[in-house]
Amino acid sequence: MATATVGSAARRLGGLETHRGDFPILATRRNGKPLVYLDSAATSQKPMAVLEAERRFYETTNANIHRGVYHLSAEATRLYDEARERLARYLGAEHPHEVIFTRGTTEGINLVAQSWGRANLKPGDEILLTEMEHHSNIVPWQLVAEQTGAVVKAAPITDRGELDLDAFTTLLGGRTRVVGIGHVSNALGTINPVREVADLAHGVGAVVMVDGAQSAPHLPVDVKALGADFFACSSHKMLGPTGMGALYGRTELLDAMPPWMGGGDMIDQVTFDRTTFAPLPAKFEAGTPNIAGAIGFGAAAEYIQGIGREAITAHEHALLEYATAAVADVPGLKVIGTAEHKASVLSFVMDGIHPHDIGTILDNDNVCIRAGHHCAQPLMRRLGVPATARASFALYNNEADADALVKALHRARELFG
Amino acid sequence: MATMNELYQNVILDHNRTPRNFRQMADATGHAEGRNPLCGDQLDVWIKEDSAGKIEDVSFEGSGCAISKASASLMTQAVKGKTRDEALALFERFHALVTGRGKDQEKLGKLEVFSGVAEFPVRVKCASLSWHTMKAALERKEAVTTE
Repeated sequence: MATATVGSAARRLGGLETHRGDFPILATRRNGKPLVYLDSAATSQKPMAVLEAERRFYETTNANIHRGVYHLSAEATRLYDEARERLARYLGAEHPHEVIFTRGTTEGINLVAQSWGRANLKPGDEILLTEMEHHSNIVPWQLVAEQTGAVVKAAPITDRGELDLDAFTTLLGGRTRVVGIGHVSNALGTINPVREVADLAHGVGAVVMVDGAQSAPHLPVDVKALGADFFACSSHKMLGPTGMGALYGRTELLDAMPPWMGGGDMIDQVTFDRTTFAPLPAKFEAGTPNIAGAIGFGAAAEYIQGIGREAITAHEHALLEYATAAVADVPGLKVIGTAEHKASVLSFVMDGIHPHDIGTILDNDNVCIRAGHHCAQPLMRRLGVPATARASFALYNNEADADALVKALHRARELFG
Repeated sequence: MATMNELYQNVILDHNRTPRNFRQMADATGHAEGRNPLCGDQLDVWIKEDSAGKIEDVSFEGSGCAISKASASLMTQAVKGKTRDEALALFERFHALVTGRGKDQEKLGKLEVFSGVAEFPVRVKCASLSWHTMKAALERKEAVTTE
């Protein structure tokens, strides 16, 4: 059985092997040891296509957007708008103006909480989250709850790390105004049944905020098919530059929402008596944006689509199965998060070795993993572990990476006895 | 570069597995909770000083990595029987050791097993958390965090 899994993994893994060379950092070494990068759920590495898009922009087209009458500014504006169109296609948005550029997922969720939330939440209204949310899909809601008198609730999960849908349905009620759910759990890899959750939420008239930070890089995403009213993701987790993100919102919702930040570029007319605001998407993009970042982000989306998200999902899933089978041989290792549907996240603990020590020992072999609470302290508390070690895979990882991980874990076991 | 065996010396592995003075203390004269919010390490330190200002007993409980747990265990052994000033002075020298500024580390006895930490800057906070917490307990501060 294990052999069959490994065999099929190897065959499917071969297909994406050629793209590894697109990532210059993967050719680096430390103390003679090759880089084994297994922390893509924290941030992904960047392909040449993204690095070159940003560099080309600064070398040939750099100017501010939406202002200059000169050719260079018009060209910069065109590239910026084109990046938005690329992200709209990537996410399945109906119109490019439904994509707001942000600094990342965190900012996207804060924008919804502060703009939509402050305008719509009343005392006693309920915000329903899940126990497996990242802090960035918890804290923004707590802040707006304090401001409006709304109440934050969390739907429980099962021991395997799946959302308890029955309990979720019970918690969903006439006071529920918004449901916040991660598409993929960063700490466990669980793929949540967002469509089902969205249908239930819409049934009671709630809007659905999807934290797509971990799904956008790894799964085909279609916001319409998901039933997402809002969907936030980060460029840096999907092969693009840091400091960039996209927030999708349905036109009717975004149109009705007040601006969040004020400034240049987001206005129609300004007088000291009254200001009217620009239409979407500019209403939510005050100030000079991260132009090069947006262009790099667009290049990343194109790069991923060029390979194909189905192929990437299949590759990463095969790698996850391969690694999951292999770590089972490490004495005293327990995988945390065994949902039926999982993205490429392998979270685990080891008897007698704290995750931080695992991280240090693996780093000695230039194997990079994350150790800690993964910005999900309520989830860690629910699972009864202070922290986990987490290896996460991306399209550029291969079996050799998984093998290096397992070898280093055996070494950790030997050292700690 | 230090090897893993130099960082995780046997004494550290032993105190991690079997931490000494790992208990609560009902009649403590000082207590503080130490947290490292970035990694989630958390521990409580209890101290009992006698009327002459000598540390009569010291204990801890909590969760953390081997470095932080072993450091807490060895800290309790090192400061027991010392005066407040002696304990604080020892902390200074220990801190110098784990940050690579130590000059007279040969006089630190068992605590010298943490000399390897200096080569792992991200782990310095793990080694010093219990000491910061002990200091807070002496100074009657309830909580301390290392950022």
